[in-house]
Amino acid sequence: MQRIGVFVCHCGTNIAATVDVKAVAEALGHEAGVVIAQDYQYMCSESGQELVKSAIREQKLTGVVICSCSPRMHENTFRKAAASAGLNPYLVEVANIREQCSWIHKDIATATEKAIILGKAAVAKVALNTPLTSMESPVVKRALVIGGGIAGIQTALDIAEAGFDVDIVEKNPTIGGKMAQIDKTFPTLDCAACILTPKMVEASQNERITIHSFSEVEDVKGFVGNFTVKIKKKARFVDETKCTGCGLCTEKCPMKKVPNEFNMGLDNRSAIYIPFAQAVPKVATIDPNYCMMLKTGKCGVCSKVCSAGAIDYKQQDTIIEQQYGAIVVATGFNPIKLDKYDEFAYNQCPDVVTSLELERLMNAAGPNGGTLLRPSDKTHPHTIVFVQCVGSRCDDEKGKPYCSKICCMYTAKHAMLIREKYPDTEVYVFYIDVRTPGKNFDEFYRRAVEQYNVHYIKGMVGKVTPKSDGKIDVQASDLLANEQLHINADMVVLAAAIEPDKTARPLATMLTTQMDTNDFFTEAHPKLRPVESATAGIFLSGACQGPKDIPETVAQGSAAAAKAIGLLCKNSITCNPCTAHSDELMCNGCSSCEKVCPYGAITYIDKEFRMPDRTTKIRRVASVNPAVCQGCGACTVACPSGAMDLSGFSNSQIMAEVDAICK
Amino acid sequence: MQEAMIKRAKELLADGSVDRVIGWKRGEFAYDITPAVFTTAEELDRDFVCDDFTAANVSKYLVKETQKEGKILAFLKPCDTYSFNQLVKEHRIDREKVYVIGIEGGPKLDIEKIKAKGITGILSVKNEDYTLKIETIYGTQTMPFYEAILGKCASCKSKKHVVFDELIGEDGDVLDSNRFEMVEKLENMTAQERFDFWRDQLSKCIRCNACRNVCPACTCENCVFDNPKSGIDNKAPADSFEENMFHIIRAFHVAGRCTDCGECSRVCPQHIPLHLLNRKFIKDINELYGEYQAGADTTSRAPLNTYDKNDCEPSVVHERGVE
Repeated sequence: MQRIGVFVCHCGTNIAATVDVKAVAEALGHEAGVVIAQDYQYMCSESGQELVKSAIREQKLTGVVICSCSPRMHENTFRKAAASAGLNPYLVEVANIREQCSWIHKDIATATEKAIILGKAAVAKVALNTPLTSMESPVVKRALVIGGGIAGIQTALDIAEAGFDVDIVEKNPTIGGKMAQIDKTFPTLDCAACILTPKMVEASQNERITIHSFSEVEDVKGFVGNFTVKIKKKARFVDETKCTGCGLCTEKCPMKKVPNEFNMGLDNRSAIYIPFAQAVPKVATIDPNYCMMLKTGKCGVCSKVCSAGAIDYKQQDTIIEQQYGAIVVATGFNPIKLDKYDEFAYNQCPDVVTSLELERLMNAAGPNGGTLLRPSDKTHPHTIVFVQCVGSRCDDEKGKPYCSKICCMYTAKHAMLIREKYPDTEVYVFYIDVRTPGKNFDEFYRRAVEQYNVHYIKGMVGKVTPKSDGKIDVQASDLLANEQLHINADMVVLAAAIEPDKTARPLATMLTTQMDTNDFFTEAHPKLRPVESATAGIFLSGACQGPKDIPETVAQGSAAAAKAIGLLCKNSITCNPCTAHSDELMCNGCSSCEKVCPYGAITYIDKEFRMPDRTTKIRRVASVNPAVCQGCGACTVACPSGAMDLSGFSNSQIMAEVDAICK
Repeated sequence: MQEAMIKRAKELLADGSVDRVIGWKRGEFAYDITPAVFTTAEELDRDFVCDDFTAANVSKYLVKETQKEGKILAFLKPCDTYSFNQLVKEHRIDREKVYVIGIEGGPKLDIEKIKAKGITGILSVKNEDYTLKIETIYGTQTMPFYEAILGKCASCKSKKHVVFDELIGEDGDVLDSNRFEMVEKLENMTAQERFDFWRDQLSKCIRCNACRNVCPACTCENCVFDNPKSGIDNKAPADSFEENMFHIIRAFHVAGRCTDCGECSRVCPQHIPLHLLNRKFIKDINELYGEYQAGADTTSRAPLNTYDKNDCEPSVVHERGVE
């Protein structure tokens, strides 16, 4: 015999203003199996919970229905309260009469009627609830960080500091990421390399950190606490353990006409290369697209000059497999390609550059040794125009709908640095509006305007036209003065929007994490769980989750590390008991469920069945690994025979809810 | 062709390649033909038949047959090979236990269409140059062959065998069929007209379950309509219009897996055009997720079991349902 208790929350006026809570309690009190129905001001308060607990004890309740806010808010609160009063926590159901009812209705009669219906559905469901017990699953005490930029480095350092082993997988030959390419950092104008490289060295020296550079994640299986990851170490044709990083091979390599990606293709490197002086690991890599030995079999100079004997032209990709308890994604960003922006003549004119290219042009390790010269004729530019929001806040297909967030600040930085170093240079910045939220950010921008006399002009650049005399005509509108301008510029710098790294999309599929429409990883909750993905055990660090500057990236990297450490500290974790299971007598073995399972929780076994005529039959049936199953229920709807069922959300419970709603 | 089939079946039985043969045998009347399993040369000589009435798709029988010991020879028409493949894909048929001989397909004849001409007492039906010579106890009658073919053959989608170990006769091609013509007609009706159409058709249903029992996509160990735990078995009778729910639930269950073999409509004793429900799903899948033919292969992923970034939004599907 069911003995169900119903508790209707007022949530102050959040619910009570639009829902007649007394009428809801009264109506639900008449439902079959309900022995007590009460309303209370704040059900989640100590005294509200006490009401539930004492009712469980006194009325010997077999099920509890709380009509309140979304279960995402307080389901756990009430489950714990029930458990402390001796009732299985999974015999508690929450009817959401706030987000799904009171907040969206204005008319009291309608809202009350709906609240009663939602309550009835919950009563019908709770009557079919079964007590569930959580299982425990062990935690592998090792973390994987995907991406070795500042975000990944910070996360790895923090996790290692807490005493856990961490592996960094970096797809490039060195860690360091975008920050290594940046010249100076806002708002303090200190040198990026000076603050980044010590961290890179620290990571390489830390005994608990293993860096897999020039490597990619190939496959991810498993679940929180117990992921199995295949990492592909791409062939670099150099034995990492032997190479001393002396750089002799890079000097002697006869193939010197390879666009240098570290300098944004503004100068050349050799076919065997070390990306930059402070690279970690400082190991040479052969670019098979340009190496004459690998392409034609004729050369072998690097092998001859290498005293360490590190060159191995026959090196193959290798796969390593490793178990991890937690995975942190730190795949970072890239500036968008500007191929579609013909109006800015980026592809036609070498003196129209992106901001990241400008960073290299101004950097001491850059193509011009730190002297700002025009790429076309290596002369000193006297008029520079900066264009903000190129591809950011863009309505059309060409760009991105979001604000890239960092451009206003780095453009102010560039403008200021140029005016500081070359006071004879006129600097114009065209902007939609200048966004400077952040500590000391607005002060920084105002220094650019007030102290350094950078010409900030509100308006967009319409057209950039290279002229025959080598100058660039920049046609723009000044929206405040309401006039058309023509600026005779020497250089144009485009603040290209940033987008998540392209490798993140297949990675998200492997990790079964969600992405938004812009391919940024989606956090579990935008405000309250910003560094966790919705998939347990997968954490987000840095710009892969959204545009971020360096301070924010580092803060988030540390936050992700803290979350990962919290997980790795545990010896075992409690699994969600609301998992799927297959009724083997009904299962056809058709594989529909296996195909839709996003977690790889379903496998098939050949099982022997006794038939009514005493013969035995071997049938292929589905088997769910409850430790991997996340309880999404995709399999239960895909199953044609109804063999798959989800504990806590069984087919019969959902039918009962629908029946209760339609009655 | 019948002789060639019997000859080959006997050879394969004799050399031990197969232990059983599935084909068709004659019933009480010449046109009354059912699938049958043969184990000896004698049985084959005596009962095996393949003629203008052997329309039945034997693929579904192979689910049970391949659970038995030994190997079975199956003669499959082009349309049957799609069902066969689909069942292999769903792990319902053990491919290793079947030797498939592809045979030429129809058009096969619909005895009801002959009877509808007022021809009764039928003894035999012969196709002579696309004119049917029908021997009856009242004498010989004739009618044009194409007026008597099965509905499913009139809108044949393919003469190609998508799976076979050997062929007797020629392999054909996928055809440009007009099979969605009636579906389009239904789509162009108003909601009320369409409701009336289906109300009229489905109210004839006597719940004999012939459609379900013959359907090669319906091979569940325990059908939801027979399973009290499913919560569906008692749903249909509770509704004043139970036939609606039964056929709609069934159409949903086979959606994305139905190969359009047309067996449901062929066996319906009430002549309900059940295949139209399935064809509507097939057409929708083609339009919403790209061309897909269930059973065309055993490896591709069915659109309804696959998530793709290019999948249409649920709202698109929803809007199509709104008049």
